[in-house]
This record gives sequence, C-alpha cells and structure tokens, in this order.
Amino acid sequence: MSRLLQRLFGRLPIGWLQLTHKRGRFAAALAGVAFANVLVFVQLGLMNSMAAATLKPYGFFQADIMISAGDANALAEGGNVARQWMLQALADPEVAEGLSLFVGTVPWDRGETDIALTTFGIDPGRPGFIAPGLTEDLHLLSVQDAAILDRLARGLPPDEAAAIRPQTPLRFEAQDRTLTALATFAGGGGFGGDGFMLVSDQTFLSLFPSRSSAAPDHILLRLRPGADVPAAIARLRGLVSDQSLRIRSYGDAAAEDLRYQQTQRPTGVIFGFGVLIGVLVGLVIVYQVLSADVADHMREYATFKAMGYGPRFFLGIVLEEALVLGLLGFLPGLAIGTAILTLMGKVTTLPLTMTPGMAVTVFLGTVGFSALSGIIATRRLAAADPADLF
Amino acid sequence: MTQDPIVDIRGLNHWFGSGDARKQALFDVEMTLPRGSFTVLMGPSGSGKTTVLTLVGCLRGVQDGSVRLMGQELRGADAETLTGLRQRLGFIFQAHNLHESLTAIQNVVMGVQVRPGVPDALARQAAARALGLVGLADRLDYLPANLSGGQKQRVAVARALVGNPALVLADEPTAALDKDSAADVVDLLKRLGAERGTTTLLVTHDNRILDRADRILTLEDGRIVSVEDRT
Repeated sequence: MSRLLQRLFGRLPIGWLQLTHKRGRFAAALAGVAFANVLVFVQLGLMNSMAAATLKPYGFFQADIMISAGDANALAEGGNVARQWMLQALADPEVAEGLSLFVGTVPWDRGETDIALTTFGIDPGRPGFIAPGLTEDLHLLSVQDAAILDRLARGLPPDEAAAIRPQTPLRFEAQDRTLTALATFAGGGGFGGDGFMLVSDQTFLSLFPSRSSAAPDHILLRLRPGADVPAAIARLRGLVSDQSLRIRSYGDAAAEDLRYQQTQRPTGVIFGFGVLIGVLVGLVIVYQVLSADVADHMREYATFKAMGYGPRFFLGIVLEEALVLGLLGFLPGLAIGTAILTLMGKVTTLPLTMTPGMAVTVFLGTVGFSALSGIIATRRLAAADPADLF
Repeated sequence: MTQDPIVDIRGLNHWFGSGDARKQALFDVEMTLPRGSFTVLMGPSGSGKTTVLTLVGCLRGVQDGSVRLMGQELRGADAETLTGLRQRLGFIFQAHNLHESLTAIQNVVMGVQVRPGVPDALARQAAARALGLVGLADRLDYLPANLSGGQKQRVAVARALVGNPALVLADEPTAALDKDSAADVVDLLKRLGAERGTTTLLVTHDNRILDRADRILTLEDGRIVSVEDRT
C-alpha cells in the first residue's frame, strides 16, 4: 500500500505512514467513519424506500393527466372530485377516455395480525388505464366482491399468497363483506399501508357504503396518441370551472406526491435530517482524527517547514490522510450498511436495498466530507512555527 | 580570489514584543561566515544565539539591519524567497525532531525531496549513502523509536547534509548526547563539511567541542563580545 501511494503521490506517503503508525487509533478512526457511513446508508435507504413506496402505486396505472381535489397532496389523501368534471373533460377532442379512481384503506383482520390494504377501485372495463402486468387478470374483477391481492403484502404468508388462483381463490372477511382474491400482483408494504388491493369500482362502493360513484378520489385521463399534454391541461383548466382542482400530468402528480412526502410529512423530514446528521457525524469524526493527528505531529511539521516544505505539501499530507480514512472507512460502512438494509427490508418488507446510486453518492460524499475535514484541520498547521524549534 | 561569504550580517538589531513589553534581543550584530568555515556561536542563555540562528535560517523576519544569505538580502524578502532559501540549508535541532512514523532512511529522504523533481530512486540512494556516512548503513529501515539518542542525532545530521546544503545551522546538537556521541556528531559535521565545502554555524554551550571550531563567536546580552579566529 505504501509503495502504491508513493507512486501515486510521487513522494513518501507520509499521511498513510502517520495513520498506520498507531494502529489502534487508525482502527478506531476507520470504525468512526464506517459508523457515519452506516448512519447515512440507513437513512438514505429509508428515504429511497419511502420514495419507492410512494411511487409504487402510480406504477399500477397508465394515464396522461390526473385531476384531484385541491387538498389531495398524495394518492391516498385529500377530498373527492366530482365525476362530472371527467364528463366535462371528455368534451375535449384530445381526451380519449377517463377513469374514476377510488382509493381507500381496507383493514383485513387476520386474527393475530391485521393487514391494512390500500385499495383501488377501478372500472375493469377500461384496461387501457392499467399497467401491462395487471391487465391479464383485470376481467376477474367483473365479479362482485372479487379482488386482486398484493402477494408481497406485509403479514401475508408467501405460500398462502402463492396458492391464490381463480381455481383456488382465497376468501376473506373485510369491511363486513366476504372478498374473494382470484389473482395476485407484486406490490409491497409501504409506510402508509401493508400492501395493495385492486377491486372493481362497484366492489369498492360496497366496501365503502358512504362513498358515492359520483365522487371518486381522482380522475385519470388518457389523451389521443400524439396529443400535447401541457396544452391539453391548459384547455382543461379553462373547461373546468372549479379552480380549486389540481389538474396535472400523471408524472407531475407522482413527483408532487413524492416531494410532499419528503418535505411535508414528518417521516420524510426525519429521514432527511438523519442523512444530515450522519454527514455531520462523519465530518466531526474525520476532523477530530485529523486535528488530533496534526496536533501530535506539530514538531515534525514545524521541522518540515524549517526544511523548506510549503503549504501545499502539508495540505497534501492532511488530504492524503482524509482520503485514506474516507476510502477505507467507506468499505466496511458499505458492507455493514448493506447487511443492515437487507435485514431491515426482510423484517419490514419495505423496499430497503443498497443501490449502486446510493453507494456512489455516499462514497463521493465520504470523500468530499473527509477532504473538507482535512482542509479545516490544516488551519491548525499555521501554529507550527519552525522558529519555536530552536 | 576571495569568495563572497555565505552569511554576511551588518548592523542587525532585533526586538520581541511591542509597546512597553518590547525587548531588544540583538544589538548591532555584525558577523561574516566564509564558505566552508565551521563557526561556533557561544554565550549564556538569553544572549541571543538562537535569535541569530533563526534569522539566518529565514525562520524570522529581519527587522533592522542587513542579513545577506548566499548573496540574497533577507530583509524584506517575500515568503516564497525565504522558503526557497531554506531548501538550501541544513537544520540540526537540539531534539532530533525525526518523524516518528518514518524509518531512518525515509526521514533522510525528506531532506532530498524538499527540492522538486528529484526521482524517488535517486533520493533513496542519496539517503542511504548519507546514512552510510554517519555509520548507520545497517539501520536504514529502523524507526526512530528503535534507535539510541546518538543514532537519532546522526540520522538528523544525515538528513541535514543529504541535500548538500550550502549552510548547516545546528542548535545545541550535542546537548542530549554523551561525551563520545557528542564528539562523533561534531567530528562528522566538521569532516563532511570540509569534504563538501559546507559552512556550519553551530550554537552550543558545550565546551567539549570548542577545540574543533575554526572560529568562536561569543554573544552576551545581544552583542558580539569576542571573535576568536582559530584557523
């Protein structure tokens, strides 16, 4: 390693030699950096998981435009929209078809565990709004009280879910009705629910008797091929007299939901702060290590100054140490972070995984904050006055 | 033909502190160090010896008077010039000030690598040769912690001399050494200096090494009070 660094820097790798001279302190410093990395990985994992969980249900549907109530910040939040606006929107020549989307939470009492299923009520006769992987089983929803169940739902045993087929349906009680799961799809637990369920709009209204077919949660619109989505949205805003409604492209609706979850909801804000705290912890640890190291070697640095070494040389040593700590601390941090996220993902069934993007981000961040700590620590070098050596 | 002296000091005054706390440390000091000379600067504690050494070594700014080092006036010289000049000097400190994490040869290599562009292999070769000259050829890869006090100071001598400096500034280099080791170190400095034409200015209280000096300057209360030429 020493020779490799010497070739890399074109000089003695003094930073490396200094760090490894006291192996106990070096190991403790690496453990500190690794710990900070683990903190950031876990918080980033949770943030990414929240993003994945938020965007997941948007992937069940296909639409160009979504109309929602003014207070509907998320797919499963906010008031209803009058269906009449869908009929009004259909008057636009570019709007091909519309779908009323009902959203509610159905609790499934399974004895020891309750499963909260975020349930979407849709017209099974409009497969164009449904994602390709789900359309094959959509016709099954035409039967009253039929359901397509999330096989990845938290609390649903995988073998039980795997056995669900039209020939071997799973019947269960929910909302005082007997539902029949005829097929499954891959959803997964999120932060707001344990999984998802698709039912017909009629079944949905049976499950939620207080809801009206005239007031869905959202209206999805599909435009004719080649239509200009922003132009259509602008026209619809002119057509719909209720100015409180949110008329957005489907992609914008998903992005706004995600932004809302990350910046307005407590969980998103907490995870964001978690990342920040992890970065600060890392910064403080690396700074402490480097600062103590500079203080320990003040006489040696002063000697080098007397010999004619300039500020760039000292900055190089401290940055070398910072990079060594950042790089070598990152590797165990990555391994432990991956293991913790995998374990947490298994326990919570949240989509918690280490992604290449996370690893690269944290790696660059670690190197960056290590270098920043090193630059701050070099300020102490100003105190190394070679005249004091005599 | 007379060569320019390595060090030429004229009317040098120096103060520490300011206002009422201002204290003058040097008074009208005049000193010339010819090339290749071995000069000992003596005097009681607080007489200003170290101040002279730090001023000649470009480690403090010259306040009043003139200090010319290798023909370059130090008064008013910028930091870059001073750093460049220091690269041509050899320093030996009372405490060896070796880097604890570096082996003997690595410490000596630092004395070569201060000048940019010296290839690693060449620096290592020169360092090994310098350590051989001070009798430590078999201790190249020893860390300072595994060397005796005399050996450490010899490594420091090798580090100071490896870059063929024009001037070696030594501050009490024998203070922490026993009689034999002290004599070894001074003999070494004198011998290598003579072989390479290196000028040495050595500050000491140690009477044991006076008989090896070409010149002895005595400083008292910031003034040169005697100059003894022994050549």
